Order: sequence, then structure tokens, then C-alpha cells
Amino acid sequence: MVNPLDQISELLLISAIAVYLIAFVAFALDLARRSAESQAKVDLVRAGSAEVERSAGGGTAVLVAAPPAPPEAPVRDRRPAARTGIALMLVGAALHLGAAVLRGVAAGRVPWANMYEFAMTGTLIMVLVFLVALTRIDLRFLGAVIAGFVVVLLGIATVSFHVAVSPLPPALQSYWLVLHVLVAMLGTGFFTLAAALSVAQLLQVRRRKRAEAGRGDRLRLLATIPDADRLENLAYRISVVGFILWTFTLIAGAIWANHAWGRYWGWDTKEVWTFIIWVVYAGYLHARATLGWRGTGSAWLNLIGYACILFNFGVVNVFFHGLHSYSGLPTSPS
Amino acid sequence: MSRPSDAQDRFTDDAVVVNPRLGPLEWLRWGWRTLTSMRTALLLLLALAVAAVPGSLIPQNSSDPNGVAQYKAANPGLTKIVNALQGFDVYTSFWFSAIYLLLFISLIGCVVPRLRHHWTAMRKAPPRTPSRFTRLPFSSSIRLHGVDVDAAVDAGERVLRASRYRTARYGSSVSAERGYLRETGNLLFHSALVGVLIAVFVGGGFTYTGQRVLVTGDTFANTELGYDSLSPGRFFGDGSLAPYALRLDKLDVTYEQRNVAAFGQPLDYTAHVSTKLPDGAWQKSIIKVNSPLDVAGTSVYLLGNGYAPEFTVRNADGSLAFHGSVAFRPQNAQMTSLGVVKVSETTDRKKQIGLVGFLYPTPAEQTDGSFTSIFPSVGKQSLVSFFVYEGDVGLDSGAPRNVYELDTSKMKQVAGRTDPVQLTIGQTKTLPDGLGTVTLDGITRYAAFDIHHDPSQGIVALFVALAVLGLITSLLVPRRRLWIKVREEGDEVVVEYAGLARGDDPNLARAVAELESKHRAALPEAAREPAPVP
Ligand code: HEM
Repeated sequence: MVNPLDQISELLLISAIAVYLIAFVAFALDLARRSAESQAKVDLVRAGSAEVERSAGGGTAVLVAAPPAPPEAPVRDRRPAARTGIALMLVGAALHLGAAVLRGVAAGRVPWANMYEFAMTGTLIMVLVFLVALTRIDLRFLGAVIAGFVVVLLGIATVSFHVAVSPLPPALQSYWLVLHVLVAMLGTGFFTLAAALSVAQLLQVRRRKRAEAGRGDRLRLLATIPDADRLENLAYRISVVGFILWTFTLIAGAIWANHAWGRYWGWDTKEVWTFIIWVVYAGYLHARATLGWRGTGSAWLNLIGYACILFNFGVVNVFFHGLHSYSGLPTSPS
Repeated sequence: MSRPSDAQDRFTDDAVVVNPRLGPLEWLRWGWRTLTSMRTALLLLLALAVAAVPGSLIPQNSSDPNGVAQYKAANPGLTKIVNALQGFDVYTSFWFSAIYLLLFISLIGCVVPRLRHHWTAMRKAPPRTPSRFTRLPFSSSIRLHGVDVDAAVDAGERVLRASRYRTARYGSSVSAERGYLRETGNLLFHSALVGVLIAVFVGGGFTYTGQRVLVTGDTFANTELGYDSLSPGRFFGDGSLAPYALRLDKLDVTYEQRNVAAFGQPLDYTAHVSTKLPDGAWQKSIIKVNSPLDVAGTSVYLLGNGYAPEFTVRNADGSLAFHGSVAFRPQNAQMTSLGVVKVSETTDRKKQIGLVGFLYPTPAEQTDGSFTSIFPSVGKQSLVSFFVYEGDVGLDSGAPRNVYELDTSKMKQVAGRTDPVQLTIGQTKTLPDGLGTVTLDGITRYAAFDIHHDPSQGIVALFVALAVLGLITSLLVPRRRLWIKVREEGDEVVVEYAGLARGDDPNLARAVAELESKHRAALPEAAREPAPVP
């Protein structure tokens, strides 16, 4: 007996993957165009630089704002390819949402109780976090990375993790679990954005170093995205939200463990990794306030934290064993 | 630039200069400064993360004792090294403990001076107005007519106060600061972490955890003897066990029957129990997997279940040799279960009987003649299949024995794979070698309960809540300084505004712009329009 709702859900998910793939192409085109633009801009700046210097020396300006532009103001330049990308992401997210909802209806519970469902709902949340962030900050340059990443994750999920709808074993029937996993996925959504920003930051730093060493600019599109400092601040602000959510993940997990197993903390494999992730991100927040670690060092820590998250999801769930790999109620009456 | 260099002033400086000739006291001071520096805290945090990894790779005694035994059997060579490094008890090992203890000493050494510093800073006036605003990240200025300097400064102070800044006047300027809560939150967070650690450690000593298997109808008394196993905390004493009794009346289990993909998967376990306090009546309650029963300061968890077939064994002369329910241990999801019946009350004490039985709740015969279970419910169809041994079952020696295992090394097998004794409910079969008869009277269920007593939970929860509160305030409250400076220039008044973030503050530019517009709105009508550019 194959659940018909589950079949529709799978169909929707595959359509969503296809749409995300086209969105990826659109964002990639945008990046390619940025490369070309930045070449043009470099030429323009060379031509105009003399004039800029002259006016900067001027006397009594009425309103002097020290930095050229408040960094908050989103740069609303037209980018037709990126716009298409965003529109497609919205369509993809709608299909994706439909897939998750139908899966939940088919199973009669929340759609995040096994690897396939985590992957499906988790990537949906990643996309939603990205789309919501777009309304406040211009992160369109990350579109290709996010869309590409989601396509890869969903591809793996449908091919390797897909399982038929099944009911929740008693140990998983808990509101705390619902909350724990939901908050973990939300946190992961924020951490994903932050990680992408840190990658961009590291690329910017490398570019600056190359420029200082007088070597050529290989990734010219970087000239059109924010500079390393701004990227670092964005990454920090976004991972702060992720960190708070992860703290709740840890706590909700402990409460649930206390209800299910009678102890809130037992160093079970998944508990260990949730803790490791939390500590690494705490390290990242510290690094931002530590001389000599700010900048590149903290960006790397952010990425290590994210690598731990991926490891926790992709490797620990599948290959490690512990209480979280439930076959049901632990049966041995030791 | 979002974090000015003076944002670092709250914690110990990292730049520690090592002098060539240091006395013992200086060395001590140097060590302390290094330990409580931000860089050391960071390295210790990272070390803690790395040190936690091996415990997820190697099975741990605390969470997976069976895994440890398997690991030892599979890697005899490695076991020695792992043992020496306390690798089966990573989270209580000397090296893991050393890292977190150092981290917490560092934390205390870092927080205490910051508490003191913050205490004075909170009561001190905001710092002097800087002389040149253009060096600050955000500044602006306007020229006004028709207002005097004092009125402009007064209006500025009023506006800043209304926006909940703490203000101080320096000449014809106002210095304002807000967001002390950020540092308060940060300190609360770090102090609460220390609280959590202490509560867990001290509180852990007052806990106890015990296990007990109860067959339907049986009663457990909360005494040391009542437990199958009991692990008390350090401060466990005679009076620690609250006296009460708990009886398992019924265990209901439902299995999935409609969804083929999950056929036979358990959907629900509900234990119906009765409890009785020393001077009370029996009270009925329900225990489920995610909802323990709280009774007399303990929590009772339903952590396992299985079948307990009830047998009668009679000697050849018809006298009773054994009667009772025996807990069988589930072997797989379809509840094929394994159990041992040890019969020592035989007529000939040299010929005690050991029965090693497989229970197939819903049996299906396989091609080789053996059975398997295809659904976990028991009923008329259920089958128990025994191997029969004769000899010493080991109950007389007094040594504690595992009730699920029979040491057959000194016994003779009289029925085995080819000729097992098979019973359905109600059936009686003759045992070989004149050993008598065995009857399967029925099959009930048993539940495995974990009973916990942890008086520290409330305090741990309180500190965790404080930590979260502190964390959120410290991460989300912006801390910033704003300044207004007014001076006369001919018949005009020049007002300058500036802001500086302490820590991360995405809205600083907006705050400076808002200050300017609010200030202008607070000035007398005549002064609201800025003077035209000359
Ligand atoms: C148990 C280990 C520790 C954990 C889990 C931890 C965690 C954190 C977290 C999550 C933050 C960012 C949130 C906030 O500002 O409150 C933070 C900030 C901070 N921590 Fe810790 N911490 C630990 C130990 C320490 C130690 C030992 C020190 C002192 C050397 C320290 C000094 C600081 C400082 C100064 C900040 C503020 C940084 C800033 O302004 O961004 N922490 N800590």
C-alpha cells in the first residue's frame, strides 16, 4: 500500500528541485554578469578618481556622514537574472512547502521524524530563512550557493534517504521533540546563511591579499559584493540568531531526553554532537572579541561549526549508533 | 568598523609581556592572567569541543555498556590503550575534566573582575565627549538660527533621556550611553553557566537511579531490595528511599496493523499502575513512554517491556517443582523472545532442570523447520519452544546469576534443535529423560521501569533559564554612545551629533540620524529649519 498523498508529496518535491535548479542557473548568470560589470566599474573608477579627491577636500559641508553610505541601505540595483532567481526560489519554496505539508498529512504528524523528512523540511527552512533575509539585506549574491546547496541536499535525500510514511515510535511522541527538531532546523537555516557569508568573506580577504601582492583579480565578481568587514558583520549577526536557536535546541533536547529516558543529559552520541556544535559556535562568538582571531580566524571557526552541523546530520545519524537511532522502545530490561 | 578598540576594555588584555626575571609571585600572576585571558578561554572552548569527539566514536560505559563489551571483544589490542586513557568513560576522564575545570576557573577569573568593573561603570557618568567627532564612525552636523547654545544643549539632553540613555553634560555638550544591559546579560549568562555546573555536580550526589522489571500483577517496594539494580549518588544514605509501593496492573501495547510499511511497529505503550504511600490507599495512574509518573519525589519511567510466559513444572510423581511467570527478553521487533526457566525443586536434586525457551508470539514455520515471529502480539497461536538441560542450574550456590542466562557448561542437553519441547497456551508436554511435565499456563506482559530521584533538577533548570535570559539580552541589546555638541559660530549655532557602537550594533547610523531629527523637533519653532548653506 503506497500512500497516495505521499506520492503527490514526492512529485511536488521533485518539481521543487527542478525549479531550484533553474533558480541556480539564473543566479549563476547573475554572478557572471557581475564579473563583467565589475570590469566596467573598475574602468570607470580609474577615470573618475581624480575628480572624487578634489570634492572630498571641500570645506563646510552641511551634512557630513563619515562613511560614504549607511551600510544598512539595501542596494537596489536592477539585476534581472537575480530577480528571476528570486522569483523561481519563491515558486520552488511554494512547491516545497506543499510537499512537506502533504507528507505531514500523509503521516498524520509533523514532517520531521526521519532523515528524509529532516532533509525535506530542513532545506525548506533554509530557503525560507534566505528569502526572509533578502527582504532586509541584499544577499542576492548568495542565491547561487543557497539554491545549489539545497538542490544537492534534496537530491541526496530523495535518492538515498527516502522511506515510506510510518508512524512515530512511542519514544518520539513528544511535543518537546517537535520543538527540539523544529528549532534545530531553524538554527541550521541561519547557520547556513552565516557559513555562506563567511566563505564569501574569506574569498574577499584572499582577493584583497592578491591585490596587495599586485597579482591579478581572478574572481572579479567579488568587487560587486560587500567587503570582508561587512560580510563578517553580517555573518556574525546571522549566526547570533542561529546560536540562540541552537541553545534552545540543546535545552529542548535535554527536556525531551528527561521525559523519555529519565535523564536530561547522558552523553549519547547525538547529545555529544549537539554539544560540540554549541561549543564551537560559542568559540566563534568569542573569537570575534579576541585579538588576533577576529576576521579570518573567526570565519574559519564559523565554517568549522557548520561542518560539524553537516557531519552531525549526514554522518552521525547514519553511521553512529546511540539511543537516537531508535528502533522503538529500548527493549532490554537490564 | 563595528567594534572599536575600546570594546576590548572589558576583559583582560591578551598582550602579556614576559619579563626575563620573574619572581614566583610574578609567575603566578602571569599564569593567572594568561589563564583568564580571552585567548585562553577560546582555546579551552575549542579543546573542550575536540575532547568531546572521542566519546562519540568509542562506546561509553555510561550510555552503552553492551557496546563497550563488544568493542573490547573486537579490539583486544586497542582496549589497553583506550582503557589507560579512560576512553570508555571520556566524560568523567581526567583529561576531559581538566579541560572543563580549567575553562570554568578561567570563566570565574574572567567574570569576577568584569562584574566589579561593570558595577562601577553602571554608576559612573558616561565618559567625556570626544573633542573631534569626525573621527567617529557616524557623525553629522547642522547649523541653526534663533536658538541659544544652552537651550540647544538642554533640548538634546531631554531627547536623549527620553530615549532611555544615561546622560552627562560636559560644558556645552551631552554625552549619553545606553545598553548597560548588554554587559549585564553577558555577565548573567557566564555566571549562570557556573551555576549550572555547580548545581549539576552537587545535585548529582543526591540522585539515585534504579531499575526494576515488573510482571503484570507484581508489586515493587521502593527499598534497596526492591530493585534489580540501583546506582546511588555520592550522598545517598539510609533515608534516601521514600517508602512507597507500585503495582503493575496492566500493560497495553498497540501495534500498527494497517500500514504495510510499518507493520508490527509499536504505536503506544501504556502501563496501568497502582501506587500506595505508607499511610494512603492504592491510587491508579498511567505511565507512558514520554510521560513518567511522579510519586514521592521520584519519577517512574517506562523504559522497556516484554512477555512473561507463566509455567508449571511437575516432577514425574506429580509434585510441583516450579510455578511462576518468567520474563523473556525480546530479540527483535516482532518480539521473538528468549528466556530461561530454572527449576531446582526437583525430586532428584542432582537432576535439576534448565529450560531455554524461545517465544514466538505469532509463529511462522520457515523452510528449514525452524520458527520465526511475524507479528508481535500473543494469542492462541503463540508458541514456546524449549531446549531442555539436566544438571545443576546454579541457584544453590548463592552467587548472583543472570536470570536471562543459563550456564549449560556443566549440564546435559536432553532436548535440542531437532527435538525441542513445543507448547502453546494451555498445553502440557512431557519432558524427556523422566523429568516430569511442563505446562504453559498463559502469557502476560512485564514492564521494565526506571526509577529516578533527582532533587537538583529545579535548580539546574533555574540556572539554565537565567543563562538563556542573559544570552539573549547580551546578544540582542545594542550598546552605544551618542553625543551632542553645540557651539556658536557668529550668529549661528552649530550642532554636531555622533555615535559609537560598543560591540555589534547594526542600527547605529539610524540612531544618529534619529537623534538629529528628534533634537530638531525638540527645539523652538524658529530654530527648526537649518540655516541655508552659505
Ligand atoms: C564555559 C565556557 C564559556 C561559554 C560556553 C561561553 C559562551 C559565550 C557566548 C555564547 C558568548 C556570546 C554571548 C554573550 O556575549 O554573552 C560569550 C561572550 C563572551 N565571553 Fe564567554 N563563554 C565561556 C567562557 C568564557 C571565559 C572563560 C571568558 C573569559 C576569559 C569569557 C569571556 C567572554 C566575553 C568577554 C564575552 C563578550 C564577547 C563580546 O563582546 O562579543 N567567556 N561567551
